[in-house]
Amino acid sequence: MSADESRGITSEYERGRPLFKIGRTLLNGLVLLFLVLVCLGPILWLAKSAITPTQDTLRYPLELWPNGVDWENLRTAWVDIDLKLYFWNTVIIAFGSWAVQMLVAVTGGYALSVLQPRYGRVLYGLVLATMFVPAVVLLVPLYLTVLDMPFTHWNLVNTYWGAFLPAGASAFNIALVKRFFDNLPREVIQAARVDGCGDFRLFWYVVLPMSRPVLGVVSVFAVLAAWKDFIWPLVVLPDPAKQPLSVRLPRLAGVTELDVMMAALLISCALPIAFFLVFQRLFLRGGLDGAVKG
Amino acid sequence: MSSLLTRARGSASTLVFLLPMLLVFGLFSWWPIVRSVIMSVQQTNLVTDPEFVGLDNFRAVLEDPLLATAVQNTLWFALLALVFGYPVPLILAVIMSDVRRAKGLYSLLAYLPVVIPPAVAVLLWRFFYDAEPTGVFNSILGKVGLGPVPWLEDPAWAMPSLVIEATWAAAGGTVIIYLAALVSVPPEQYDAAEVDGAGVLGKVWHVTLPHLRGIMLITLILQIIGTAQVFLEPYLFTDGGPNNSTLTVLLLVYRYAFQNTTGGDYGKATALSLMLAVALALLSLVYFRLTRRWSE
Repeated sequence: MSADESRGITSEYERGRPLFKIGRTLLNGLVLLFLVLVCLGPILWLAKSAITPTQDTLRYPLELWPNGVDWENLRTAWVDIDLKLYFWNTVIIAFGSWAVQMLVAVTGGYALSVLQPRYGRVLYGLVLATMFVPAVVLLVPLYLTVLDMPFTHWNLVNTYWGAFLPAGASAFNIALVKRFFDNLPREVIQAARVDGCGDFRLFWYVVLPMSRPVLGVVSVFAVLAAWKDFIWPLVVLPDPAKQPLSVRLPRLAGVTELDVMMAALLISCALPIAFFLVFQRLFLRGGLDGAVKG
Repeated sequence: MSSLLTRARGSASTLVFLLPMLLVFGLFSWWPIVRSVIMSVQQTNLVTDPEFVGLDNFRAVLEDPLLATAVQNTLWFALLALVFGYPVPLILAVIMSDVRRAKGLYSLLAYLPVVIPPAVAVLLWRFFYDAEPTGVFNSILGKVGLGPVPWLEDPAWAMPSLVIEATWAAAGGTVIIYLAALVSVPPEQYDAAEVDGAGVLGKVWHVTLPHLRGIMLITLILQIIGTAQVFLEPYLFTDGGPNNSTLTVLLLVYRYAFQNTTGGDYGKATALSLMLAVALALLSLVYFRLTRRWSE
């Protein structure tokens, strides 16, 4: 028995048998075909109907370009139904959401992991406890809080601040960053301390430069989650001129011609798909996107 | 004296670093959690001062004839999501873990639907679900002599249609979790199973699946918690219809608070969401008690 470290379920011996080989190739091929048809198929269909005239899509939904290609749809969607406005709204919210999540996770994680105040354990417990409160409980009280902020009485409804600031309260981010900081080599931190490094310099010149992997993970998930979010921006941004794509598209669907609508849908998922392809390693490494969202 | 001073300065800078977390969690997490408990026993209408009403909100929710419908529909959604959605990622992951060539391509394809914004996916699928014989899915079914199916227009078909789309949107995430867990199966266990004469299915049954047991128990409860809070699909596909057949608990919460013609009934909305949260907490507690024996 060879000690093949990289072996999977099937052994090299089994894979060598002719009948087994054919069966295995067939099964893997079928799974690949299934994934292409089911996962990629709808996106390809969307891309096709985004540049196909409405009548063709309605009459021959499964044909490839029965009467030609109409690139004009993309421009109509971007300009005439004002998709560009909602696109940039989404970009602003995603950027704000990224910034606040980074700030909170990095400073909080640093304080809890490196500075370790005496009340740190209690505080960390309070942060982790919020993971066990389902998001549904927060929807209405969060809305009323944002409507009339404690102490200041600011009304953040219909502001981007109201849309992205609550995203910073992510216990998952804090846990991820804290655990990463916990595993940084303590000798480096101690050496910096001996050299007279204060809390701020230690943070900026020692800890942050060593933390690029975890910052990358927090960043990609923050941006994607903001782009996908629906219910919170729906509640907090009643003003159509401020709404992101997710919230605006369903309203547009009722009053827009089909081909232009398909172009709008394609534009709306182009950025997340490009983002995914560029950072696929971070997404596919697994174990980080553990929470199944409803 | 000087050590006292540095300690004071040290704790001051600690506070500076903690400030963003304290502010954001305080304002947008801790305070709203406390407030949901307070609001559930208050009458809040944003015009007059909130008024203590005891358990009236809970009583009003429990007396709402739509509650039973919403609870039943949510359970039905969760059950269907388990039947359709639980085995699919598991089977895919087990097969994919043994792929030798272009393994990355398989994961890439499987995860692709997860990055599509859910609102975009639902609007696209709403078109696929066109009930006419010329609709996309009905055309495909028509080619093999089936259908046409009244996908979203028939109360019996509406919920399964929603679940199929939701499964499509979420399965890839679970596949990746299983794949990550399968990397750590000790190769000797497969070798040992082979010595005992196990075939491929035997190895899957006696080695692969037991290795995944712990993570499978977690994905199961997470999926139930997630599906119990389903909102986007019923809201965008059918808005609870036809004939309230897809009205879920969270949709009812949303209607109490934001679609009330007489002004938002925030008390009733928080009372219902609290009841759902407590039910989910109890469920998880019982679940982990019952499964502790099997989890490792």
